[in-house]
Amino acid sequence: MAEAGLSSDAAAAPAAPTRRELYEARQRRRSVTIAAASTALVLAAIVVLVPLAPGWEAVQRSFFNGEVFARTFPGLVNAFVLNIAIFAWCAPTIAILGLAVALCRDVRAPVLFPLRMFGALYTDIFRGLPVILVIYLMGFGIPGLGLPRPWNSPYLWGSVALVLVYAAYVAEVFRSGIESIHESQRAAATSLGLSDRDTMRYVVLPQAIRNVMPANMNLFIALQKDVALLSFIGPVEIFRQAGVYKSLFANFTPYVGAALIFLAITIPATRYADYLLHRQTRQRR
Amino acid sequence: MKTLAFALSALALSAGTALATEHGACADGKTLEDGVLTIATGNPAFYPWVLNDAPESKEGFEAAVAYAIANAMGFEDDQVEWVRTSFDEAIQPGPKDFDFNMQQYSITPEREAMVDFSLPYYTSAMAVLTTQAMVDGGLEPTVESLRGVVWGADANTTAVPMLQQIVQPERDPLLYGDNTDVTAAMQARQIDAALFDLPTALYLSAVVLDGGVVLGQFPAERSENPDQFGLLMEEGNPLKECVDAAIAELTESGELAAIEAEWLQDATNVPVIE
Repeated sequence: MAEAGLSSDAAAAPAAPTRRELYEARQRRRSVTIAAASTALVLAAIVVLVPLAPGWEAVQRSFFNGEVFARTFPGLVNAFVLNIAIFAWCAPTIAILGLAVALCRDVRAPVLFPLRMFGALYTDIFRGLPVILVIYLMGFGIPGLGLPRPWNSPYLWGSVALVLVYAAYVAEVFRSGIESIHESQRAAATSLGLSDRDTMRYVVLPQAIRNVMPANMNLFIALQKDVALLSFIGPVEIFRQAGVYKSLFANFTPYVGAALIFLAITIPATRYADYLLHRQTRQRR
Repeated sequence: MKTLAFALSALALSAGTALATEHGACADGKTLEDGVLTIATGNPAFYPWVLNDAPESKEGFEAAVAYAIANAMGFEDDQVEWVRTSFDEAIQPGPKDFDFNMQQYSITPEREAMVDFSLPYYTSAMAVLTTQAMVDGGLEPTVESLRGVVWGADANTTAVPMLQQIVQPERDPLLYGDNTDVTAAMQARQIDAALFDLPTALYLSAVVLDGGVVLGQFPAERSENPDQFGLLMEEGNPLKECVDAAIAELTESGELAAIEAEWLQDATNVPVIE
């Protein structure tokens, strides 16, 4: 590109590629061909070799059964609406609670030490417990205390369990974001006369939240999958619905259908998170 | 080697009772291990099908039936081995680690496409489990009254489609992984009623659920597809013929009915739901 500026000739005829460009184009074509060939080879190996396995026919019949798939897929899509609904009311709650806990862990006034301690204890406990355990204990335990309807709903307490666990992870991510903002920025804000509170609100948080956006995206993708764990305490979301079909048809194909539906959501979301991360690294350079 | 094993098992069988020699031939060489009948049950196995989660004690309806079938097939009691499987393990493709699996599998045409079932050894009525509080609150054994409550069921059972067909509840039922979770949800008052096979419902109401009541039953004869339990086998299992012969023999001789009378409660006092 540098030589283009040197002669007006080259600028007038941009179509004429330089030797370097020709070389690079050749290299690119070559690597694309090699990549395509090796992918095709691997795919061919899978397509040819897997069906040669002695149990393939049986596996195909119970995992990739077209008829069962066709009969169960619409029901699965229907059940997935519940997953989306649960996700939709959990995700914002998690973001708010996570941020609140992260802020608790950052308070610096000595009198607020109990708040710091609470933040640390909270994240330790809820990051240390398997999600399913928290869901079970809260989903059956708390309503068992004798709460009246609708306050004993498994939807409610299952969601509370998810929120508590995921907020602990999100809080840690936010905290790492807050700590990534250099101390000198706080000092500068203080010297400008901003209170601690305003410093956090106008200086630290806007940068911190933007920095940890990709990491949080990953957590929310994980949450989307873990919504399925609520099925253990009653709600018939996609995983449970697939289980019902599995039991009725004595066939695992509905699980494959459910997996496809999950992928249809999570793959674009993962790609988007990757894109955010990529853009962020580029901006920082 | 095979002939030797065959000869040995033949010898072992002929050394047994007269009954064994009489019927012994049909299962020869068709079991996983020669001379041993491997039977699978649930983990845990529930009352009243198996008592104390110990099928080898022969106590409980299915444990007793299993030994009766084994004897009719020509196996001595000590030739029966027990293994445990979940529902999913029983239907997964590939070789099985049991000769047949016995844990209240309902025979349905859809399942029959994937696995083999024996002749039925029990025909079950379905029953509504609820709590005394619900009955006091005015819940009646009519479909009308049942339609308005929150239902629960074990997701792995045929209770789920039956609920939709017979009761057609107004609100979506909540489904659980096993009996224990269904009763936990009922105790937490998250569900008002649950559909089970009658013996399970009777057991849960009497032993597990505080204030549990069996409100009524949908008798087995109510529909053209009654809930019948069969032994589950890998599709194409050569043993099926022998197992079926044994069950047919037990049914004809009245032994199956006698075992049922011994281990399963008489349920004639449970009202029939119209």
